[in-house]
Amino acid sequence: MTNLSELNQTHLDVLQEIGNIGAGNAATALSTLLNKKIDMSIPAIKILDFNQLMEYVGGPDTLIVTVFLRIQGEAPGTMFFVLSPDETSSLVQQLINDTSFTYEELLDTPLAFSAISEIGNILSGSYLSALSDFTSINMQPTVPTLVMDMAAAILMEGLAQISEDNDFAIVIDTMIEDTEKSTQTIKGHFFLLPDPESFTKIFKALGVYDR
Amino acid sequence: MTLTSEIIKVGIADVKTTVYPNTLKTSGLGSCVGLVLYDNKAKIAGLAHIMLPDSTVAKKDNQNRMKYADTAFEILLHNLLTSGASKANLKAKMAGGARMFGFKSDNKMLRIGERNIEAIRVLLQHHHIPLISEDVGGNKGRTIVFDIDTSMLEIRTVNSGTKQI
Repeated sequence: MTNLSELNQTHLDVLQEIGNIGAGNAATALSTLLNKKIDMSIPAIKILDFNQLMEYVGGPDTLIVTVFLRIQGEAPGTMFFVLSPDETSSLVQQLINDTSFTYEELLDTPLAFSAISEIGNILSGSYLSALSDFTSINMQPTVPTLVMDMAAAILMEGLAQISEDNDFAIVIDTMIEDTEKSTQTIKGHFFLLPDPESFTKIFKALGVYDR
Repeated sequence: MTLTSEIIKVGIADVKTTVYPNTLKTSGLGSCVGLVLYDNKAKIAGLAHIMLPDSTVAKKDNQNRMKYADTAFEILLHNLLTSGASKANLKAKMAGGARMFGFKSDNKMLRIGERNIEAIRVLLQHHHIPLISEDVGGNKGRTIVFDIDTSMLEIRTVNSGTKQI
């Protein structure tokens, strides 16, 4: 697939299924970790140019906490696990049992930093291993990096590879959310952005061919 | 008479020029670089939000030319000169080119910030445009605002406050 604008409904369905399987597995992992019920949203498939992508995450200078990794192997791509600052606070509170924690302390609290990194690692790992099993495509994640900064600053660097030859990206966005009634809700977004040349491989692996 | 000043927002991979009393702004520079060229006599300035160092490595040619340093520079310079700026008066300021992710990989894209800065330096030298000040590198996102009247570039960050260069 050289032209991403040629995606038809079948292609979109396949991408949606990828989001379903990956995030489903990640939701199970988080549920086990927190011993809570975790739900996931129906994946949204968006074809966005870079400025639209920034609006989609709330504007270019919105503060976000992100675990970033590159997928290497046969179908390279980029993955972000994105939390808002408040969601980060409540997730860390639950992980390290410290209800006074706020995200401002994230960079100065090694335990919290490491806890969030590890969560990102586990969740993206379970997302990718499900995806890899489903497609029989070998996917190896790089070591995830945790960054808290402006959305555009983080996302655009992660997208540098894709942007060399493209002015837009296909985003497979899935949200996982803890649904137990409490004040500490956690929502996390997975953004999976396959490199353009990976789409052909993914579609072929799943039996969807271009005409 | 009161002049109403407007904030001209420059998106990602975008180039805009404007005149006093407006200000130019671009948000969330990471490895991207915000390059300001200005003529403080004619009170004209332009801002380019540059993503990548080199358009010649692109495999396709139907790309947005404003995302590469070389072609964005050309567009910025052309727009300034056609709006009345004089090349001899042009000066430059820039910010950005950070490295947000510290990890090692097989990936030359992780040095993209440094390569953007280097590409812009070469272009400025080639065109004999003096670089008055810069705030580049590091591992932080930056939002920048250029005030044409004072020729000051304000740099806002999440963790290290605001400064002017």
